[in-house]
Amino acid sequence: MSAENAIAHLAPADTPPPAPAPGDPLAVQVEGLSKTFRIPTHRVDSLKERAVRPFASPDHRELHALRGISFEIRQGEFFGIVGRNGSGKSTLLKLLASIYRADAGSIKIAGRLAPFIELGVGFNHDLSARENVVLNGVMMGLTPREMRRRLDSIIEFAELEEFADLKLKNYSSGMLVRLAFSVMMEADADVLLIDEVLAVGDASFQQKCADAFHAMKARGKTIILVTHEMATVEDYCHRAMLISDGLIQGIGDPGEIGREYLRLNFEEEAAPVSEEQSESEEVRILDARLEDADGARLSRLEHGQPIRIALELEAKRALPGLDIGFLLANADGVNVFNFGIPVGEAEGQRTVATGQRVTVRAKLENSLVAGRYFIHCGINRAFEGGIALYVQNAIDFLVFGGPQSRGVIYPEVEIEAGIEGGEGR
Amino acid sequence: MNANAERPALPLREVSGPSALGGGRRRFFDLLWLLSVTEFRRTYFGTVFGYLWSLVRPLMLFAVLLFVFTQVFRIGADLDNYPVLLLLGIVLFTFFQEATTNAVTSVAAQEGVVRKTQFPRLVIPLSTVLTAAFNFGLNLVVVFVFILAWGVDPTWTWFLFPVALLALFVLTAAVSMLLSVLYVRFRDIAIIWTVLAQMLFYATPILYPLGKFGLEKEGIEQALMISPLAVIFEQVRVWVLEPDAPTAAEAAGGAIHLLPALVIYLGICVLSVWIFNREAPRIAEDL
Repeated sequence: MSAENAIAHLAPADTPPPAPAPGDPLAVQVEGLSKTFRIPTHRVDSLKERAVRPFASPDHRELHALRGISFEIRQGEFFGIVGRNGSGKSTLLKLLASIYRADAGSIKIAGRLAPFIELGVGFNHDLSARENVVLNGVMMGLTPREMRRRLDSIIEFAELEEFADLKLKNYSSGMLVRLAFSVMMEADADVLLIDEVLAVGDASFQQKCADAFHAMKARGKTIILVTHEMATVEDYCHRAMLISDGLIQGIGDPGEIGREYLRLNFEEEAAPVSEEQSESEEVRILDARLEDADGARLSRLEHGQPIRIALELEAKRALPGLDIGFLLANADGVNVFNFGIPVGEAEGQRTVATGQRVTVRAKLENSLVAGRYFIHCGINRAFEGGIALYVQNAIDFLVFGGPQSRGVIYPEVEIEAGIEGGEGR
Repeated sequence: MNANAERPALPLREVSGPSALGGGRRRFFDLLWLLSVTEFRRTYFGTVFGYLWSLVRPLMLFAVLLFVFTQVFRIGADLDNYPVLLLLGIVLFTFFQEATTNAVTSVAAQEGVVRKTQFPRLVIPLSTVLTAAFNFGLNLVVVFVFILAWGVDPTWTWFLFPVALLALFVLTAAVSMLLSVLYVRFRDIAIIWTVLAQMLFYATPILYPLGKFGLEKEGIEQALMISPLAVIFEQVRVWVLEPDAPTAAEAAGGAIHLLPALVIYLGICVLSVWIFNREAPRIAEDL
């Protein structure tokens, strides 16, 4: 079983059940949904403040999280909602889950919806696993009797038979996650609302999640998955929806939505590094950029096109020695690799006098997958120790093209798979 | 496994967001009961004497006050039923105080649940009231054993005692709802309530039986009867312990003078339901 599943996990869904046709009954219908948050700039938290300024309405700014969106999800559909942080997708999720109330518009749901915004919410750590399972089930809308009936199979699925009567505070985090997940699997709701829970737990647990999702999909459950992980959406979902700035940017084929999502990420411009950030008491960065073979400034690179970095800096006082370090990270904050060089070591002249300039040029092989990347730059004192200047996001660039791949890099690969052993039958 | 084919199409239903009762009556009561029972069990699980502790607290207070007011100040020394009256009053008030003080922070303390799950918000303060009510019920059994041992004869008016209990329970629940939801917005409520509850203890005829110290001549008894708590406590005294004691109406100086207490009582109930209902959908955002 495990070998089969491992392969199913690697490859996109093997035999997806037929996607619900347009004529199928609806599971979720959302019309003109809006939500605005009033964010107080000065929070009135005590009666005294209220009493001092009774009629002053507290200062606030309005945040339009959702601006009137409408969509429909059919019964049996696996529906993905993607969007960057702050796009409004979490607000939509909480509105669907009845945690927030909408300002305008309507949400209609067929049957019972079980939200899984975080695994293990509502677990009481002073109670045993058994008691918590029943409590959690009732919170999801099942009856206590029904939950007691399912108790054994839940504990069994979580592989916690020996610990069923142990208080949760004595559980390891892995055990907690297993318990929470198996409660979720047994909740048997008509519509499941899942928020990136796949991202938790160890590898074997993630495997179990993946299997469980395939099983739910095969059983024809309606599932709404909220994530910013495009690979997950493409693997599981029949349809996907992209949200940006509280509006729907597109609904349709997960592959197309995935490309749209990437394009949206490309278009976004980061705030340029300010003058103050690129300067300290000791050094000032005059320029940090990517360039092509002719030295022209670049902000986009094709996969495979070498990354050429140019950095110019000026010493504001005499510095006995400098080490320059670069750290390359992707948009999710994952550090990909770092590299660096001591200034002037090749020439045997390490001191940089006041007003002298240093130019650093680097050329790297580009095996990065498509996406957005940042290069942080650190200028360290070689002998005195410590950092003379550190600039976060000194260079910001996009990589496009190349093969679709999970992870961060796609190096050149030579791979062969042959069939041997004479004539097949 | 292939349930999809047979499953009938479910009808679409409007979802109106979080509310005080949201999610169906059945689920509400299931949750309320389950939370109260587990919390009650949890409080005393792992302590050596378990439930006895919940009895020890009012008994200790009782012992101290009994000593002070019969041996030091001697105001209760000449009164026949002073010890039982004091005990009953303390147990009743302990319920009110315990339930409301626990309720104040209850909603805010459940932040994780409120912000991450669909949950009928009203369950939270009410379950703290119900948990306190379980303690209270057990304490009452002990109190009644004590009352009978003291030599108080049961009368038919004992059947009216549950009416007073119901009135007290409803008031406690209403105050708890109000405090718990206000605390989300105004964190001062916790401190204010500790002081206010202390004041209410002295504004309720627990330490000083009415009609014994000539308080009515100065209009103090009449003033006390503005408080719904005082009215309930006085009626309990009449119905359970001393049929000859002044009823609430007599203490107030006529049934018509109980009107302010009634208005306050109903006002608190209406206000708490109204405010809780109004705030419930927004608790998750305000926390």
